[in-house]
Amino acid sequence: MSWLLEKVNGGLVRVFLIVVALFWLVPTIGLLASSLRSPEDMSANGWWHVFSKPSQLTFDSYRKLLENGDITHSLWNTVLITVPATILVVVIGALAGYAFAWMEFPGRDWWFLIVVSLLVVPVQVALIPIAELFGKVGLFGTILGVILFHVGFGLPFAVFLLRNFFAEIPRELLEAARLDGAGELRLFTRVVMPLGGPAIASLGIFQFLWVWNDMLVALVFTKSGTQPITVALQTQVRQFGNNVDVLAPGAFISMVIPLAVFFAFQRQFVTGVMAGAVK
Amino acid sequence: MASPTAAGVPGTPAASAPRKSVTGTRRTVAALFLLPALVLLGALVVYPIGYSLVRSFYNADGSGFAGFDNYKAIFTDDGIRTALKNNVIWVVFAPTVSTALGLIFAVLTERIRWGTAFKLVVFMPMAISMLAAGIIFRLVYDQDPDKGVANAVWVGVHDTFARSSAFPNAHPGRESPLKPEQGGFLTTAAVHTGRTVALPLVGVAPDQMPDGAKSAVAAKPDPGKITGTTWQDFTRGKGVGRLGAPDPSELGYDGMRIEAVKDGKVVASTKAAADGTFTLPATADGARLRLPASNFKQPYNGVDWLGPSLVTPAIIGSYVWMWAGFAMVLIAAGLAGVPRELLEAARVDGATEWQVFRKVTVPLLAPVLAVVTVTLMINVLKVFDLVYIIAPGSSQDDANVLALELYRKGFSEGQPGIASAIAVFLLLLVIPVMWFNVRRLRREERR
Repeated sequence: MSWLLEKVNGGLVRVFLIVVALFWLVPTIGLLASSLRSPEDMSANGWWHVFSKPSQLTFDSYRKLLENGDITHSLWNTVLITVPATILVVVIGALAGYAFAWMEFPGRDWWFLIVVSLLVVPVQVALIPIAELFGKVGLFGTILGVILFHVGFGLPFAVFLLRNFFAEIPRELLEAARLDGAGELRLFTRVVMPLGGPAIASLGIFQFLWVWNDMLVALVFTKSGTQPITVALQTQVRQFGNNVDVLAPGAFISMVIPLAVFFAFQRQFVTGVMAGAVK
Repeated sequence: MASPTAAGVPGTPAASAPRKSVTGTRRTVAALFLLPALVLLGALVVYPIGYSLVRSFYNADGSGFAGFDNYKAIFTDDGIRTALKNNVIWVVFAPTVSTALGLIFAVLTERIRWGTAFKLVVFMPMAISMLAAGIIFRLVYDQDPDKGVANAVWVGVHDTFARSSAFPNAHPGRESPLKPEQGGFLTTAAVHTGRTVALPLVGVAPDQMPDGAKSAVAAKPDPGKITGTTWQDFTRGKGVGRLGAPDPSELGYDGMRIEAVKDGKVVASTKAAADGTFTLPATADGARLRLPASNFKQPYNGVDWLGPSLVTPAIIGSYVWMWAGFAMVLIAAGLAGVPRELLEAARVDGATEWQVFRKVTVPLLAPVLAVVTVTLMINVLKVFDLVYIIAPGSSQDDANVLALELYRKGFSEGQPGIASAIAVFLLLLVIPVMWFNVRRLRREERR
């Protein structure tokens, strides 16, 4: 009897999970299907009709989108912002993380506590002051400005994560390298950075996705020529309904890279997310 | 750090003096390593905090000291109060629902073979931008049940349980025996047994006719009863045919409700068959026939997800879609650390699965659940993109949240003073967490 009950319960759990999985998948499938239909079909009925009429499938929206100079330019801007912002956060964060982990200087603990306390500062606090500051120094509307902002707000987490990871490096390794005559910089590039690989990968992926997916910072600090794909699409959302043929493929293209990164580096991403809890 | 016996590998000689400089690094070198990070943090994070704090006490153009006026505005300005109220709703519901779902998913997938695939599906939205998620859910929440999948499902469920044959926009044609009455239609003359009645209407769109409707048939007279036909007296492409009499190309109003009314009271009622014919008993003799208004209601059109009253819950739904996976992954990691023996012991003692879950699993996971909920609360406090993208212009005021209001005040309404006050307010709300982080770190260092 209890065996039967367990069987039924197990079945119910499976059905429930399948329904949940559908809830999670259908919205994304809807976006993909919408992006593969013509605007005429889209205004006629729902995207699910594509399954009964596969002849509706068309790459026209994608072709038109990729012929649209503004969109391709903004996609390029996203790359121009994301790649340097990621590299800079990793390098600058690693330098500071190493200093906090293995160097002695006055007030080290206090400096590190300050960095940790900055982990949860909302970006909103900085929007107005930095907009004004960038305006004064000529960085407003530039890609460099956006990069700097992302680096600034990425650093507390980077320093926190890398310092904790570097601190676990066995002391003997560093001392041995030092005895071989390595200087501080050599120690950093030849011993610490290679050993920090896993943490650096997690941080890099986390920061990459964070910057790639950002809309708010770019919305404030870019202008028409420098805006990334998120902002370019955002301007289209204002007239939602008439331009699903731009929004759906645009959103999907903007998702391709993050999803590829996510599937390729799941484990590192999860590690980064777990370390970033309470960020 | 605070004490010289902090981290390091116990048992090795090195552990006695951990994290000291490997060999006395010069301070200038340490400063060079730290400089880039500290300069950027100072200029981009610390300076803005101070600036916002000062700015929040000055008026709109920054020319005069305003005292606490900007902070008062947060609690008196109608727009900001709506934002504040919505933020409370967000902070209460979004993290708890996400965490609860994450807990359920983590526990249920534990012993399922394809649990990993399931987790991947639920976790995936974490990788995409809030903008993309916003566009995805604009499509999901489309009001038209023929386009938005949420309403398509909702209407489908609704219609299964509340089946109704409706004939929206039906109305009498030329020379009709019917006249409008209270949203329905009433015959101008009384009906009598042994005679047939024709109740023709026009104007129902072909795709809204009931699926089962058949060619309309003229009713046969039946002594002692009233018989008749109600049908669409019009065929697309063929016109009216014989006016007032059913033609083979014309469809019967399958399921049309007909009432016989005598002295304002309903004495008999029936429903038309697929071919539009109907029969009423002798009690209806001398009554007038009415096609009540319920026949002509518009079809059920689903829920206005993005209308003023539902827009915030709808957007919270999209947030849960994005973040439940985050909660699930963290909780699953915590679950993996729960000692199996403890659960087994409880089961051996005769505890049901539910009791094991309630009395053993959840208490053991409490610290993880707290961290997840707090993390999501901080995240929710700053929610901006989803609201900005999903709420249509018409209901954006109703969906307003503090981060959005800050953006509007600061960058489109020329109110940097109030915007700064909102920023400081947001910062104050996360200070407990800041303090908690610092304390946790110091405790770990002292261990």
